[in-house]
Amino acid sequence: MKWEIPLVIVFVTGVILALSDFVPHQSIQDVREFFMSWLQIIGVLAVGLGLVSLTQVNLVKVRRKTPGWIYSVITLFGLVIMLVTGFVWDYREPSNPFQFLFQYALLPIYATMFSLLAFYIASAAFRAFKARNALATTILVTAVIVMLGQVPVGAKLAPLKSWIMEVPNMAGFRAILLGIGLGGVAMALKIVFGIERAYMGRD
Amino acid sequence: MNGEFIPHTVAALFTLAIFSFLWKDNPLYKAAESLAVGLSAGYFTVILIRTSLMRTLIDPLFEEGQVLVIIPGILGLLMYLRLTRRWTWISRYPLAFYMGIASGAALSPTILAYVVRQIEYTIVPMGFGSWEGITNILIVVMVFCSLFYFFFSVPHKGVFGGVSRIGIWVIMVAFGAQFGFTVMARISLLIGRVQFLLGDWLGLIHLE
Repeated sequence: MKWEIPLVIVFVTGVILALSDFVPHQSIQDVREFFMSWLQIIGVLAVGLGLVSLTQVNLVKVRRKTPGWIYSVITLFGLVIMLVTGFVWDYREPSNPFQFLFQYALLPIYATMFSLLAFYIASAAFRAFKARNALATTILVTAVIVMLGQVPVGAKLAPLKSWIMEVPNMAGFRAILLGIGLGGVAMALKIVFGIERAYMGRD
Repeated sequence: MNGEFIPHTVAALFTLAIFSFLWKDNPLYKAAESLAVGLSAGYFTVILIRTSLMRTLIDPLFEEGQVLVIIPGILGLLMYLRLTRRWTWISRYPLAFYMGIASGAALSPTILAYVVRQIEYTIVPMGFGSWEGITNILIVVMVFCSLFYFFFSVPHKGVFGGVSRIGIWVIMVAFGAQFGFTVMARISLLIGRVQFLLGDWLGLIHLE
């Protein structure tokens, strides 16, 4: 009951959905569409679970006054203010408190965080690729060519950069994509046939 | 002072708070980071509920009278039993539907996009008569060698070792190229933030 029925559900729904790609009959396509809407509904409702978890974790920190609890207060404040403004005002309107928070708080923070990585990624690269061997040097040299090839000072390297992007880079990533694809298919089959069940947790 | 000054000042203060991490980990950075966690969780919840949930559950149920959508709605709510100790096993039912549907639906598109299309784009006209033909030969050889590097059914010795060695060189070049590209994307974001601080906020630089 606790394990068998869920595994049967996974198998039946998985097989129906997989077959629906090969059977063009309207009845199976209707079933597919019906199940696909389930995916969205269950998925969106599950997001609330993450929200509950985030609130719980931060509330516990505040209640126990653990070190840095004030940051949990800030997180909860951000969460509440965004939820309140999002449900009071129409999220589609360009000028309301919800959009203000998104445009002038969330976006600058995200953009700056990612731009900050320019410093750390460069220093990490210096430590990682310090030309210890030929392969590390290859990464370093390729990265430098690609970086210089995109700016005016390295205009002469632009054709070489284009060739690197279009030939070895594409070939390497094509092989990786093939691996991802085959791995994804294997994992999907393992889930459908009940071999992979870690996602169900333990009793 | 124009009408954008106050919003830009708010954005600039958050930008500076995040940049302060370059000095060291400090309370200002931590506060901005914590606020971002809360704001983004709230933002995506609002967007998901007001777009996806309204479109798939609320509107079909209350406006179109589609009672069958109650089933996934209840299943979705059963997920919350994961928070209890005694009834947590019931949350496996909605999870089973989700994983079954997602896995079954993902099979064909994954094979098509990641396997069939990649092979299709690799099988291109080859030949030594033109630069394009030579490039195509190189692409096929490089893809084959890179794939072979991940093929562990035979020991990578002798000829196989050579092929696998070429594969790892190609993969390293690809990683280097992606790394360079990522660094440049981050630098372009950095330039954008500096332009915002010096141009939009302080008005010290004027860009055409």
